[in-house]
Amino acid sequence: MSAHASEHGTMNLKLIVWRQAGPNEPGRFETYDAKGITPHHSFLEMLDVVNEDLIKAGKEPIVFDHDCREGICGACSAVVNGVPHGGYKRTTLCQLHMRKFKDGDAIYLEPWRARAFPIIKDLMVDRGALDRLIQAAGWTSAHTGGVPDGNSTPIPKRSADYAMDAAECIGCGACVAACPNGAAMLFAGAKVSQLNELPQGQVEAPERVAAMVQAMAENGFGNCSNHYECQAACPKGIDVKFIARLNREFRKALVLDKVGALTKSAKAE
Amino acid sequence: MILDGKAPTGRIEESWDKYRFDLKLVNPANKRKFKILVVGTGLAGASAAATLGELGYNVETFCYQDSPRRAHSIAAQGGINAAKNYPNDGDSIYRLFYDTIKGGDFRAREADVWRLAQVSNNIIDQCVAQGVPFARDYAGYLDNRSFGGAQVSRTFYARGQTGQQLLLGAYSALSRQIKAGTVKLFARTEMLDLVVVDGEAKGITIRDLVTGEIRTHVGDAVVLATGGYVNVFYLSTNAMGCSVTANWKAHKKGAYFANPCFTQIHPTCIPQAGDYQSKLTLMSESLRNDGRIWVPKKKEDCNKPANEIPEEDRDYYLERKYPTFGNLAPRDIASRAAKEQCDEGRGVGPGGRGVYLDFAASIKRLGENVVRERYGNLFEMYERITDEDAYKQPMRIYPAPHYSMGGLWVDYNLMSNIPGLFVLGEANFSVHGANRLGASALMQGLADGYFVIPNTIAGYLATTKPGKVKADHPEFKKSVEEVHGASKKLLGINGKKTVTEFIRELGTTMWEDVGMARSKESLTKALQKIPAIRKEFWENVKVSGKGEELNQQLENAGRTADFLEFAELLARDALHREESCGGHFRVEHQYPDGEAKRDDANFCYTAAWEFKGIGKEPELHKEPLKFENVHLAVRSYK
Repeated sequence: MSAHASEHGTMNLKLIVWRQAGPNEPGRFETYDAKGITPHHSFLEMLDVVNEDLIKAGKEPIVFDHDCREGICGACSAVVNGVPHGGYKRTTLCQLHMRKFKDGDAIYLEPWRARAFPIIKDLMVDRGALDRLIQAAGWTSAHTGGVPDGNSTPIPKRSADYAMDAAECIGCGACVAACPNGAAMLFAGAKVSQLNELPQGQVEAPERVAAMVQAMAENGFGNCSNHYECQAACPKGIDVKFIARLNREFRKALVLDKVGALTKSAKAE
Repeated sequence: MILDGKAPTGRIEESWDKYRFDLKLVNPANKRKFKILVVGTGLAGASAAATLGELGYNVETFCYQDSPRRAHSIAAQGGINAAKNYPNDGDSIYRLFYDTIKGGDFRAREADVWRLAQVSNNIIDQCVAQGVPFARDYAGYLDNRSFGGAQVSRTFYARGQTGQQLLLGAYSALSRQIKAGTVKLFARTEMLDLVVVDGEAKGITIRDLVTGEIRTHVGDAVVLATGGYVNVFYLSTNAMGCSVTANWKAHKKGAYFANPCFTQIHPTCIPQAGDYQSKLTLMSESLRNDGRIWVPKKKEDCNKPANEIPEEDRDYYLERKYPTFGNLAPRDIASRAAKEQCDEGRGVGPGGRGVYLDFAASIKRLGENVVRERYGNLFEMYERITDEDAYKQPMRIYPAPHYSMGGLWVDYNLMSNIPGLFVLGEANFSVHGANRLGASALMQGLADGYFVIPNTIAGYLATTKPGKVKADHPEFKKSVEEVHGASKKLLGINGKKTVTEFIRELGTTMWEDVGMARSKESLTKALQKIPAIRKEFWENVKVSGKGEELNQQLENAGRTADFLEFAELLARDALHREESCGGHFRVEHQYPDGEAKRDDANFCYTAAWEFKGIGKEPELHKEPLKFENVHLAVRSYK
């Protein structure tokens, strides 16, 4: 792939970018040129080049979220050609390199689109709803200090590995943006699965899942209808099996009658 | 002035326990009357805010990211140390303490390092209780590996994402407190000033990065946990938003800046590929457990593919020069050795700025699956960036600015010289000395946040009255006006060069003249160049848009303006320290074999600088360092 791209030397691309001044302003697509891009540029470095040109021309640069630029902070968030993070397997936008594009390509750029993520400006959205899901119950009630020795409870390697597979989620929200229902079930499912799998998290397992499911409804997320787009878009390869686990944990909580408040609010709707 | 670090005296083994017992307590019913402002939500900030909230204090916490979960601690890959001695390989609190003091080239305070080593064990327990999925062996017990600077396996890890998992643990504890209402979170806000009233820190001025609103928050104490400043080199492993701003503003309000020249250059980063590049990516040091570092012996082999260079023509220079520690030599030593090879013309990859990190032997010994299990995500990351498969050909690595060991000066209580201003984690200078050993940054962040500050802050609060200062105090108004004034000035210049052009120019000067090898000559040159760049910045920078809106250019311009002032202090500190130690290497001070030459007779102190005005010579205060438990000795890893 790279040999092919590097034969081109530098590339010129056309960017068709969603511009929106604020949450209540009308949005529109604008077209920009990205010139002199090498295959080694990351996607965000390509955007930096475009922004430098815009600034020099006295125009407003494109606003986008980014920070670590090594695929772990989860800040970067744009839909490229209709796919969150650009659609390469296990790749965040900041880790997508321009060697995946060809000279002369036209690239569409849009923000995450979901009811729970209001647009702030251009490609930047408010993902505070994901924080609110974690605040609801994405924790154990371990108090600082006074906990037992780390080795006092052996944890089977398979459980530790399973929990780690779930815990790899970077909270970028691509799963929500990719879902036709704007569901956060991959995100919530991963957290519930991680904590409910481990002995330390099992004590509060039913309360956790009940509270998180309720928070999903309150924060404007939809429900899973098995499209699996979330898994396809996830830059960390979080498996949809964690959604199945979420559903199982939820049913367990129902049986244990921990979901009273939720069922009441669901009936009210 | 001779600074007092307030380190306890007496037997070091009892120092922290005794000191903690002697600290004043705040009555539980009074705790909620105090408001504590915590700036930064990385490992240190999130763990501090969560713990202080849990204790019953009223906490307000601030981060520039959209969520505390994105703080740059998340990017740490390798692991966290603790003196558990689970592998039974001879570890102890004393050994961790000893390794850290020696690793830091005898430029850290003994008592602080002892405390760090002691509470390291509590950290692991705490994180396990939070559901951090540390790696485990088949019996279900915690697994360990080794890291640079140590010969025991004391590093706990969660695949190659340890920082992420520890941060998410602290973030979940923080989230729990936000839900409970003890902590109020202000995301997408940046601290732009410290408010000092009658000599005490009583508030901060922030900019709401979404609306542009500038406002103050009042508190009884301020805790800065805002990370490091190595983005002063422009290309570094830090996140794009990491800046010196909060620390620098506090410095301008009177807080001393300690050892700014102690910056860590990490040996295992992916080499720079081009001029457009915005950042460098680190490859975890844990790779050195199974990767062997080499360069071609012959210069003419450097352009050949690695597999065409026979074994006898490869120079495994770390194993050759440091047979005892080999590939696990400490970071400063490994970095300098890599630069030496490249300077001699034996570097590989574009521009000859790279050395090989080779897994072929380990893959042969352990099988590809084991290597994949241990480091899979790192190989994947390397492939993303370089388009090379490190299972088939060796990785290329080169040193890059990574971590600041300098920071605001704090005493044993983690309090700066401004009463009420506490500084935690990378933002302070305390425990790493002149070089940070692997897997000790995560340890320090969490030690400070979970186990130190909750005790020591009470010592200060017990001496003050809650709500002593009100929001209508004139200092707050003055601070807001100053911050407004600075933004207006930046927006009004309307010059021709972009902010990025300036930070790149500054970074180039810093890397070339103040980087891995410094000399009187290069530092003097830098001290002429930096003020010139700064002058041009204030005449010719172009920042468009308005202050009262989301304006990323304005954010970057402010951070760059602070780097332009801070860079001068860093270079000045490097110039004054006429010795080599840890990450600070003055070419004038080396042994014939190229090892760093320390000068304990003249420089066994912490340098703490007092701000005297922009472009004016700062005043140097010294805190002498005493070594009673680990005796000053030439640091050898041979």
